[in-house]
Amino acid sequence: MTAALTGLGYQRWALDAILLLPLLGAVLVLLSPPAAAKRLALYVTLAEFVVSLGLWWTFQPTAAMQFQVVRQWIPEWGIGYRLGVDGISLFLLLLTTLTMPLAVLGSWSYITRHERPYYALLLVLTTGMLGVFVALDLFVFYVFWEIMLIPMYFIIGVWGGPSRLYAAIKFFVYTFLGSLLMLVAILTIYFAVARATGESSFAYDHLWRNIGYVRPWAFWLFAAFALAFAIKVPMFPFHTWLPDAHVEAPTAGSVILAGILLKMGTYGFLRFAVPLFPEIAMDPVVTGVVVGLSLIGIIYGALVSLVQPDFKKLVAYSSVSHLGFVMLGIWALTLQSVQGAIVIMINHGISTGALFFLAGMMYERRHTRDIAEFGGLAKVMPAFAAVLTVVSLSSIGLPGTNGFVGEFLVLIGAFRTHPWAAGVAATGVIFAAWYLLWAIQRLLFQKVDKPENAKLPDLSPRELAVLAPLLACIVWIGIYPAPILRRIEPSARALVTQVREAAGAPPVADVAMQPGAR
Amino acid sequence: MPLDLTTPGGITLALTPELVLTVWVLVLMLVAAWRHRDAGVQREVGLLTVIGLVSTGLAVAWLWAQGATPVGLPAMMALDGFRFATSLVFLLGALLTVMLSLGYVDRERIQAPEYYVLILLGTLGMMFMAGAADLVVMFLGLELMSVAVYVLAGVNRRSVFAAEAALKYFLLGAFASGFFLYGIALVYGATGTTNLWLIHGRVLELGLGSNVMMIAGIGLLLIGFGFKVAAVPFHMWTPDVYDGSPTPVTAFMAAAVKAAGFAALVRVLHQAFDGLPIWHGAVWWLAVITMVVGNVIALAQRPLKRMLAYSSIAHAGYLLVAVASGSAIGSAAFLFYAVVYTLMTIGAFAVLAAAGTGGEQGVLIDDLNGLATRRPWIAAAMTVFMLSLLGFPGTAGFIGKWYILSAAVDADQRLLAVILVGASVVSAGFYLPPIMAMYMRPAPSAEAHQATRIVGAARWAVGVMAVALLLFGFWPNRALDAARRGGESLRPATLYTLGR
Repeated sequence: MTAALTGLGYQRWALDAILLLPLLGAVLVLLSPPAAAKRLALYVTLAEFVVSLGLWWTFQPTAAMQFQVVRQWIPEWGIGYRLGVDGISLFLLLLTTLTMPLAVLGSWSYITRHERPYYALLLVLTTGMLGVFVALDLFVFYVFWEIMLIPMYFIIGVWGGPSRLYAAIKFFVYTFLGSLLMLVAILTIYFAVARATGESSFAYDHLWRNIGYVRPWAFWLFAAFALAFAIKVPMFPFHTWLPDAHVEAPTAGSVILAGILLKMGTYGFLRFAVPLFPEIAMDPVVTGVVVGLSLIGIIYGALVSLVQPDFKKLVAYSSVSHLGFVMLGIWALTLQSVQGAIVIMINHGISTGALFFLAGMMYERRHTRDIAEFGGLAKVMPAFAAVLTVVSLSSIGLPGTNGFVGEFLVLIGAFRTHPWAAGVAATGVIFAAWYLLWAIQRLLFQKVDKPENAKLPDLSPRELAVLAPLLACIVWIGIYPAPILRRIEPSARALVTQVREAAGAPPVADVAMQPGAR
Repeated sequence: MPLDLTTPGGITLALTPELVLTVWVLVLMLVAAWRHRDAGVQREVGLLTVIGLVSTGLAVAWLWAQGATPVGLPAMMALDGFRFATSLVFLLGALLTVMLSLGYVDRERIQAPEYYVLILLGTLGMMFMAGAADLVVMFLGLELMSVAVYVLAGVNRRSVFAAEAALKYFLLGAFASGFFLYGIALVYGATGTTNLWLIHGRVLELGLGSNVMMIAGIGLLLIGFGFKVAAVPFHMWTPDVYDGSPTPVTAFMAAAVKAAGFAALVRVLHQAFDGLPIWHGAVWWLAVITMVVGNVIALAQRPLKRMLAYSSIAHAGYLLVAVASGSAIGSAAFLFYAVVYTLMTIGAFAVLAAAGTGGEQGVLIDDLNGLATRRPWIAAAMTVFMLSLLGFPGTAGFIGKWYILSAAVDADQRLLAVILVGASVVSAGFYLPPIMAMYMRPAPSAEAHQATRIVGAARWAVGVMAVALLLFGFWPNRALDAARRGGESLRPATLYTLGR
């Protein structure tokens, strides 16, 4: 497979094709007859997934940037169209291309008006999200980072729930606020480096190599980056946009928000904030604040989930909790914890994505998401119940499902550097079991006490087709994560080593137990 | 092409664009006066105006392409890239205004062919103002522009609001001119000259940095400019004047008149007073107050026209950030942003003109509800204008804002940059509601927006503006290059000092 793809020159055109295909698809969808829009969108996203799958085989498990694309864009300012993939971004890319066809399928009967613009926006959004994960030029990164706000803003605002306008503008303004400060930080770095080196360039590696020249303002620059990413993650005090946006968005919108958009925040920390400013990121006070906020997020998100009467809101708040684990994993900065953080990012996309799909399926049947309105669904919809149970267990982190692998790695890794934090975080897993199992109990088991629920149809083949790939991933990553970990490892190791060296922190030896390594 | 401005041939060549435009003004004034007045003649005059503006633009481009530079000291008119670039901006603004007006004056039954002549006269004034190498020429240009625009504001004689706008604009404008003139007098008193190059030389030579007369002169000039560009706290006239004037005139004022005020301000500060630290602080504060007040008050505006009026105040604040940097990058950023600002502001006013009648004062943002389903193209264009005004990536507004931020960061004014982005976040609060109204709210009735249409030349203008904004958002290279050349040409010549 690798040889065949290399023969096609896949490494040279892969990223160009992946970014261009959805855009072309969006144009086609807009021009197509309305009835064909969703089918066309499905074909495009499937083609996109197939094309991106080549990355899996051709990716070399080294820390180097691969599939690089370098082109001039605005030479006047040293801006180039620079793209590349490494072990950190590879799986976020694949997760995105996997999610998009499912999102299209999941919107099949949910979206009934303005179908063409809807699917076109989904496709534009795809390019925007993928661009964020592959950009290696800070200008390009910023453009992608902002541009994907627009399709999401419209998806929430036009096709969302009753208070969609409020949710849309809140989502927009929050993200915009954070990212504009990042813009000033990017410019500050650019000018400082350009003056010191005489080379004006927004190329990430150029800025990274010369980042020492911005030391006087490093704290503020880090803070600007961190704020932009923390809002996106979202970390604890900045999370208030999330429940609104997730709940009001149409099903596919929630899936994409939770599955992919939130990962941009954590990805930003891994790619930019931490490697660019290692000594600030590893400063004891900053570490204390971030780890503290992550723990608050883990516990607070779980507690708030516990009391949600609305199933979709419950899932939304559980994201705050899961992303807290990711942040803890990044800041623990050991090989295992960083690997674990990346794996949780993937898992969360799969499990929470599936939960949002399931919530949407419930809503399409009953037009309510109130947990109290359901009960005894296991008798009425056995397949639905089985899937929901498996997905919930994966979200809780039951051994044998994907959720376990990520959380376990993060806890192991974090225990070596922040044992107390790891201990507190572990209780988050207990809370997760509490709110999800309790919700399942109220939804699926007990008696069918509402007559409306007695005749609900079980999952249709289309719905099964949406959920099956996610279920397969849940089991596969849960049982055999080695191929994934192997591809992540070199990049994660390089990151940990570089940051620790630059920050003057002692290296942490690898644990003997390497789950699935080598 | 070096031109000796002291010879008749040299000065004539150097003034080719202005002369071409003047000839057009005279011809059109005669056409309007002699021919019988009906809508047909008015349309003819309008079309001839378009040709006049384009031919003037070609003359400017020709001079620029020839690389015209002065031999020795520019006495009255500058001959540099900055003058050519700003002239093109004004001509673009005037051209777009005329294209909007063709249908608008018909619809509103504004019977006055001199309308177009006044636009040309105003543009001529702007070109003199921004190209002046001497404060007195600058003042003459300023007055020529202002008087033409006072009349334009009140050109709809049936509207009491237009009359109010014209009177208000005239009174406050005259007041501001007084400040400006007094400032010139004091600067002359301190330096003994009104030539910008010589002023710069004498300021350095005689060490006038802390001279009281000099400082007072600069302060008065700043106040005069502050009125013209509608910087807070000299903006009080703006909302009422913008609101009462016919919408194309408002667009002209918001885009071209403001750009002209800024062009002259940049020239005076960056050329004559370059290296004087005193004005930096004043402009810094002016920029901050203008950005904050403009954006915050715009948040509270429900009528679209007033919202756009305050938005133009806010943008004056952004442009002041470019001015405050005092560098060639700042001048270049100003030039680029002026082009972009012209496109997006006139575009937004064009959509407003289509959405209402009778001065469009009654058009609330909520009146756009559901426009996207009935008029998808107008809604799409408006979305581009709003996002560009917001400074969103993918539009030219972003590149422009990026350039201004670059200038600020380059000049180590990071706090100013942070305030600018903070203000931009606030502006999302009033640039997004029109988009939400158009796309996310239902139309109030099935008959809504039937009358909303953009016809004829205005349709072309709106299309070109929207496409240009997107194009410059992704491929700004050519425009950036031109802006950089224009900005760099503004470097003060330190040769012309007393002793040498």
